[in-house]
Amino acid sequence: MYPPRFEYEAPETVAEAVGLLVEGHGSAKVLAGGQSLIPMMKTRFASPEMLVDINGISDLEYHRRDADGSIRVGALCRHATLEQSQVLADHQPTMAAASALVADPIVRNRGTLVGSLCHADPQGDWAAVMASLGASVIAQGPTGERVIPVQEFAVGPFQNALAYDEIAVAAVVPPPKGKPEGGYLKMERRVGDFATAGVAVSLDRSAGGVARAGIALTGVGPRTIVAEEAAAILVERGLDPDSIAEAARAAAGAAQPKTDHRGTAEYKRHLVEVFTSRILKRIAGSSEEAA
Amino acid sequence: MGSLFEVVPADTQDEVPRRRVTVTVNGTPMSAVIETRLLLVHLLRQAFKLTGTHMGCDTTHCGACTVLFDGKPVKSCTMLAVQADGHEITTVEGLAGPSELHPIQEGFKEEHGLQCGFCTPGMMLSAKALLDRNPDPDEDEIRWALSGNLCRCTGYQNIVKSVQWAARKMNPQQGQEVSE
Amino acid sequence: MTALDEIKIGGLGASRRRVEDNRFIRGKGNYVDDITLPGMLHMEILRSPVAHARIVSIDTSKAWAMPGVRLVITGETLAARNLAWMPTLSYDTQAVLATDKVRFQGQEIAAVIADDPYTAKDACEAIVVEYEPLPVMVNPYQAMEDGAERIRDDKENQPDNVIYDWEVGDRDGTERAFAEADLVSKIQLHYPRSHPSPIETCGSIADFNRATQKLTVYMTTQAPHIIRAAVAMVAELPEQMIRIIAPDIGGGFGNKVPVYPGYVVSILASILLEKPVKWIEDRTGNLISTGFARDIYLEGEMALRKDGKILGVRMNCIADHGAFFSDAQPSKFKIGLLHSAFACYDIPAAHLTARGVYTNKAPGGVAYRCSFRVTEAMFFQERMVETAAIDLGMDPAEIRRVNFVRDDDFPHRTAFGFLTDSGQYTKCLDLGLEAIGYDTFRQEQEEARKRGRLLGIGISTMTEPLGAGNSREFDILGIKMFDSAELRIHMTGKALLRTGARSQGQGHETTWAQIVAHELGLPAEDVTVEEGDTDTAPFGMGTYASRSTPVAGAAISMAARKIRAKARKIAAHLLEVSEEDVEWELGRFYVRSRPEQGVTIQEAAMAAYSNMPDGMEPGLEAIAYYDPPNLTWPFAAYIAKVEVDPETGVWDVLRMVAVDDCGVRINPMIVEGQIMGGLTEAYAMASMQYITFDAEGNCIGSNFTDYLLPTAWETPGFELHEVVTPCPHHPIGAKGIGECAAVGGPAAFVNAVIDAVKHLGVKNIDMPVLPDRVYEAIKTGKDVSGAPPVRTDG
Repeated sequence: MYPPRFEYEAPETVAEAVGLLVEGHGSAKVLAGGQSLIPMMKTRFASPEMLVDINGISDLEYHRRDADGSIRVGALCRHATLEQSQVLADHQPTMAAASALVADPIVRNRGTLVGSLCHADPQGDWAAVMASLGASVIAQGPTGERVIPVQEFAVGPFQNALAYDEIAVAAVVPPPKGKPEGGYLKMERRVGDFATAGVAVSLDRSAGGVARAGIALTGVGPRTIVAEEAAAILVERGLDPDSIAEAARAAAGAAQPKTDHRGTAEYKRHLVEVFTSRILKRIAGSSEEAA
Repeated sequence: MGSLFEVVPADTQDEVPRRRVTVTVNGTPMSAVIETRLLLVHLLRQAFKLTGTHMGCDTTHCGACTVLFDGKPVKSCTMLAVQADGHEITTVEGLAGPSELHPIQEGFKEEHGLQCGFCTPGMMLSAKALLDRNPDPDEDEIRWALSGNLCRCTGYQNIVKSVQWAARKMNPQQGQEVSE
Repeated sequence: MTALDEIKIGGLGASRRRVEDNRFIRGKGNYVDDITLPGMLHMEILRSPVAHARIVSIDTSKAWAMPGVRLVITGETLAARNLAWMPTLSYDTQAVLATDKVRFQGQEIAAVIADDPYTAKDACEAIVVEYEPLPVMVNPYQAMEDGAERIRDDKENQPDNVIYDWEVGDRDGTERAFAEADLVSKIQLHYPRSHPSPIETCGSIADFNRATQKLTVYMTTQAPHIIRAAVAMVAELPEQMIRIIAPDIGGGFGNKVPVYPGYVVSILASILLEKPVKWIEDRTGNLISTGFARDIYLEGEMALRKDGKILGVRMNCIADHGAFFSDAQPSKFKIGLLHSAFACYDIPAAHLTARGVYTNKAPGGVAYRCSFRVTEAMFFQERMVETAAIDLGMDPAEIRRVNFVRDDDFPHRTAFGFLTDSGQYTKCLDLGLEAIGYDTFRQEQEEARKRGRLLGIGISTMTEPLGAGNSREFDILGIKMFDSAELRIHMTGKALLRTGARSQGQGHETTWAQIVAHELGLPAEDVTVEEGDTDTAPFGMGTYASRSTPVAGAAISMAARKIRAKARKIAAHLLEVSEEDVEWELGRFYVRSRPEQGVTIQEAAMAAYSNMPDGMEPGLEAIAYYDPPNLTWPFAAYIAKVEVDPETGVWDVLRMVAVDDCGVRINPMIVEGQIMGGLTEAYAMASMQYITFDAEGNCIGSNFTDYLLPTAWETPGFELHEVVTPCPHHPIGAKGIGECAAVGGPAAFVNAVIDAVKHLGVKNIDMPVLPDRVYEAIKTGKDVSGAPPVRTDG
């Protein structure tokens, strides 16, 4: 309940923050929303020597859709902002669907999408959503920026690809190759529960076909799983009852669940199939209605 | 050395990281020198003696510590007190005006929205944030907005009614009249 | 002059708004952690990370060396004062701080007292303990294996891990019933380990004053007087020098009945340091070390006639008590009131055997919103009856009707020997069935199935014994379970009422005044209620097991009636007539032949201080100790309608109807609040709330990430109905209500899910009815029974 001691700095620019990380030589940790880090410190699973609180860097508090159709989410953009975002409601259905399912409403006022990616919890919702969209993390270090695909960003449970002197300043969703459609479903036994299993589906649809597909899975492996084969089936064959069933099976096949108190491996794999199928059927159904 | 919960002597010379923070609490600027690791909930409860904000868990689930941070509900056990420097906090003690209760407080009493009272301050502050944003929420919207606050006594049904009561009182033209 | 309107003065039946709310809604409650005493220090407890291990060494040197640390206490410190072990409420012993070995994960090893809790926590982290691992047993079957490691090697005469074998009922008669049966129905259940988890954890502030020798302890306790007695015995302090104050309590639900090591160590620390010492448990400490509930394996058989008549019942149970047998329960009953099962049914013969077993899990066995294992009893009963209906191919409502004790059969002696006294069981059930639309449901269910949807209705009906006790049968550690009330009428007609109960949210400050208003005609707002301070409140056994209204509530009536009897004499004196000529109407005495000539209760009160009859003792105060003649027997019918998603096993509650007959309702608003709270805990237990352990004895459910409590979002809406059959022996006809819904509710939800899938061949899914278990049952067409395992791939 009581965090250990640490030095605390609250820089006002990214450059200043990076400077503090450089000085820290790996002993400093970035504090954004803090909704995972502070509980871990309270229970003493984490004890950084220094916290670099970036909440004062107001430049990072944004999300926007750029002219090319890409969506950029700054490191201080809170889940609640995304939940209420007109930009997402209009242009990015997978993110819109997931934004209300992260943690609980109060946590969403504080926690951030980028922080969630950095936390690299295999049960984190945003990692699957962003992976399904082929998104990247922008890391800023002393020598400049680098772009890390979300798929490569989590290198293990609770481990990300950032160097000690880098800050994840934004996440970027590339421009869609058609009309973006998608959804996010997760099994949570009550609000705020970690996912027993979750599925993010993102499609770019054009001319009746699927120009791009991404399917990623929450909570069914040592890290977020990208179901590439399942996505390929949809791009190749479009959305029909057979391709949906096959893609759902392929997604389930890609899962690497473990049995635990949230359910058996078999059950979690089954949920992946059901959720994938449900999202795809809904997309197929709504486009039929539109036609 | 001075205790975390006591006034720190000005000449403290140890290595413990400390900061001075100034926070506007319920409209009044308040200041304290604190260890950087002090949680916001402890600043409020111990330094500022505002014990209406409670603590019920270690993992950011129960919401008993909910306060409004620049108008939005946050769990004050999951923020550092130093992070509140320069910001505005509303606690349950700031809900009522000088002479009268906030309609949400009245609603909780009228509709029996509390029993042991431990979750109530957090619950009311979440409700306030909801009504500030959505003056006429339906039952699902209320349940959704309060789903970050746990209550063990009431079963939530009367809490929903309490929020509806407050919504009617605050916006008499909406929905039904408040029945006394 | 006309009689007072009882509702207007806040008497019986008034949904009076709660007095206590005035402080809670302003954030001005006064919970233990809100109290700060001058010079107060803070205590944190170091707990064992392992479940079963010999303690090789404890090195506290680094902790002692930290600035701000005032005291480090280990089992050795306590042993030197003969305090390393303390008695439990079930005649066992429990380690305060471990000396020889640890017996469950989370057991208390050491405590640090420091200037602030952050420092105390830092110092706890600096204590180095070396453990030598021992085999871990996380269920009673492991613990009963031949050659199993002895958990309680501290006890002589404890050759294995079995605590007791106990039986009750008529073994031979039951044997005969089974011989006559057309059909025998069987069931096997596990009621999983649960935890009450009030949002406020446990805590205490001990304040020993060397100068006065007085020990004051602010404590989260539901039973301050029992605590005072326990402290006097454990700490060998004179009882009059101990003052236990239970300030506002942030929910109890049974969690705050036992004596916990933290309380004891904070008291010793205060005595040693001569400073106030505060201990506030964190949530993990609360979940992994304080009183759990349930964790019982039940096997049953029911002898049935073809027409649905139940001829006899057998129950065998094995209870997992954890490392110390510390159930809070009446001493005559080893497995609580488990044998209250089937009390609402007219069953000729029944027999129950129970075995208690030690395991490497936290001790407790508290009555979580329950009268001592009544929850397990009623769950077993209603699951057994449901299974019998399935086996007989009989309608689940009909089998209950056939076997109910009839309205004109009271008093009724149950198969296990309890005496039930009142009820309208069929009326309650039928009211509930009508409300939920049972008539047309079977057709609706059939049609839904054709469209691939699974609907189910689950019924749970029960009467349960509330209000322990009567002193013949009920005591805790020999102390008889009566209660008391002290009523002082001031000269201006205002009153102060104190009882030995302690509200934890039940609203005593409001309802107790209503009883006084009913008895004396004083407006409820003129009556101040105080509880929880042993220096001022009369002796009482505390608030748990729904006993406050049945026992303390009755004591209030009796105290008020003593006041009224004395006031009558005063009134006769003032009216200058003989007492026999004085009549009473609410709030006023009058002369029978001249009703316009009267004396109000307030006028009589003034006279008690200013104009009493010659020879009369002045003043108008009374105290009453109430020993109830019997338990009270509320009845309830809970009916849930659910829809199960056949693809995922997720089930949603479409409707939940509750019909409660708790006799006369003092404050209907508060009664309904109690019912809805109970239904929510019932839903929680049925759907998500359980604690389990992995093979190493790690507690899965040690925080709210894994121990799931429902939020407003999942919790269903409730539809409440009422039937009133007054309790024949309670002064105002009231029966207990606080726990009924938590006791009877779980079976309604489980029966509903089973009803939705029984056509697939499924008769049982054990709680919690998690989606993966439902899915497994649907997929295999088989029962999913047994302890919720921590299944791992390795």
